[in-house]
Amino acid sequence: MPSFIPLTLLALVVAAIVAHLASPKVRPWLWKPVAALGAVMLVALWYLGLFWAPPEQFMSDVGRILYVHVPHVWMALLAFTLNVGCAVAYLMKKSWVTDALAESAAEVGVYFGAVGVSMGSIWARPTWGVWWDWDPRLISTTVMLLAYVGYLALRSFTEDPERRATWSAVSAILSYVSLPIVWFSVRWWNSLHQVQSNPSTVDKPMVQVLRWGAVTMLCFLYVFIVKRYEIARSRQTAAMELPPLEAPRPEAA
Amino acid sequence: MTPKISLLHAAWLVLKKDWQIEWRTRARLTAIIFFSLSTLLLFSFAMGPDVNTLRAHAPGYLWLGLLFASVLSLGESFRIESENQALTGLVLTPVEPRAIFVGKVFGNASLLFGLSLVLLPVTVALYDVELSRDPLRLVLVLFLGSVGISAPGTVYSAIAANARARDVMLPLLLFPVLVPLLLAAVSATRFTLQPDPQEQLGSWLKLLTAFDLIYLSVGFLVFPKVAEED
Amino acid sequence: MAEQLALEAVDVSKRFGARWALARLSFTLPQGRSLLLTGHNGSGKTTLLRLIATASFPTAGTLKVLGHDARAGRDALRPHVALVSHASFHYEDLSAAQNLELSAKFLGLGSQQTLVAGLLERMGLAERAQSPVRQFSAGMRKRLAIARLLMKAPKLALLDEPFGELDPAGIRQMEGLIRELQGNGTSVVLATHLVEQGQSLTNERLHLEGGRKAVAA
Repeated sequence: MPSFIPLTLLALVVAAIVAHLASPKVRPWLWKPVAALGAVMLVALWYLGLFWAPPEQFMSDVGRILYVHVPHVWMALLAFTLNVGCAVAYLMKKSWVTDALAESAAEVGVYFGAVGVSMGSIWARPTWGVWWDWDPRLISTTVMLLAYVGYLALRSFTEDPERRATWSAVSAILSYVSLPIVWFSVRWWNSLHQVQSNPSTVDKPMVQVLRWGAVTMLCFLYVFIVKRYEIARSRQTAAMELPPLEAPRPEAA
Repeated sequence: MTPKISLLHAAWLVLKKDWQIEWRTRARLTAIIFFSLSTLLLFSFAMGPDVNTLRAHAPGYLWLGLLFASVLSLGESFRIESENQALTGLVLTPVEPRAIFVGKVFGNASLLFGLSLVLLPVTVALYDVELSRDPLRLVLVLFLGSVGISAPGTVYSAIAANARARDVMLPLLLFPVLVPLLLAAVSATRFTLQPDPQEQLGSWLKLLTAFDLIYLSVGFLVFPKVAEED
Repeated sequence: MAEQLALEAVDVSKRFGARWALARLSFTLPQGRSLLLTGHNGSGKTTLLRLIATASFPTAGTLKVLGHDARAGRDALRPHVALVSHASFHYEDLSAAQNLELSAKFLGLGSQQTLVAGLLERMGLAERAQSPVRQFSAGMRKRLAIARLLMKAPKLALLDEPFGELDPAGIRQMEGLIRELQGNGTSVVLATHLVEQGQSLTNERLHLEGGRKAVAA
């Protein structure tokens, strides 16, 4: 598959999220076909991953967990990227929309990340003989996950909505910046210690199933984020519902 | 109108003010030193008396001791700023928030750096490490590591100081970000204490420097958003 | 300029969560004149003073202080505005003299020690100049905060309950200081419960009720 297709898909998802945010006409229905598509693709993914794809050369059937594990981790990283994008946008120009979207992306990201990392750990046990290893991808995803758990805790421990929005945005940026540094430091550490642990080369049917899985999860990512965004928005409105600002009373002479 | 004093001068004043307060509350400082001493002692108890194991892991224990102590000192450093809303007072004086950031980072870093120098002889006593192999670069590693903890630590403790459950919030936010720093600082320290056949020290020093520079710049950019309402 | 305004508020509103602390407040104050701010606890006096001091910013409406927009022009106006509030801004672990010297250095004032000694003497704190603020009584903290305000020599002085925590002699001294500031052309915004005392010191009055301008009782 040429490399512009994943980018096009990403652009489509971002466009769909923006459309959801911007247009009240799109909001009630767009998520429904996407959710349906995701559900259908998920059923197909079960078949493709469990029966259609040949067993992996070295890892046998255990390797099949990769078809869901890898897309989950990808989605987590996408969600965190969306979150930090919203954080930067919020700091540039205050808006309750970007704040709510940031909250939604962070929470969905933590969900995908937690599931992804757990599945990675389940995969690692029979493959490497341990539950945990110094794999740069594993470590950086876990660090991001921990950082975003801290982010969500900060949000729930801050009462004032404006401070919550600003502080969590700052905190998100600081965490996200560490992502590449964690990646490089762990890779360095590994290369210096000669325990480089790569899953063996992935062959063609596997790649196709992985991509199928990624598109499936992308559908769910979209649905989760927009639905969670709606919850965040309604909480904001409930917390900040104000009596309208009536004009000042006329002054007595 | 331009501020009457330069950013660096203001940062220097903030730093001196922090030193002044540390000196006037040296009992608190002593408590932090003894706290980290007892963590180092606890590591040696937890690992048992095998000198070779202890020596091999000494860099890790040293940096964990510093990391735990840093949570206390960073928290304290913004507790004094939130008391009487002193930080708001500084901003209204007016002091450029970025100057406050620079001053506080190096105030916190100097404290940690001093603490690490105090802990060095203790690691000799407890873990039997060899300090004389590359003392200059060892000191450099300690300094870069202290700055690396303080740069994100200053932003996070400014945030945590005003949140609920601030004692938990600070490590929860700070520790994940410090993972690469810990890795680099421990590895670099190891190669100043033990033989470095593959000459890896240089690359870890570069990583430490890069971490410091990245977080100093990011903190410099975002700190005003934390220091004052917008 | 013919008549410069110290304060110009147009529909200034400030929200805290689900509450309007200030709601569509409009008023003006010419430079050199002084304003008395009255109202019950929680009526928005402190919030208004914090907005004017640029410690916080309006949610809606525009607030101009000394001709500058409070948000956009904060860097320009901060050197000319001083706030004495419940939060004293002192470092508890530094001495009274150290606290003042620190401000003097940040303000770029020369010969700090003579300046500080003079101010402490004037506020009756000379004997305790070297004691940490932690050991000060509420009244002494207030005097120290006033000393800091005098050092800044602002064009606009914001005083939140300046007579609270002071003894009768202290109150008389405070009145004298306010008159002296006014004599130097400083506009004073005074928030206090002591309406009569306040009215004798100010030209105009703004009464707040639930964050709104109300007709003075």
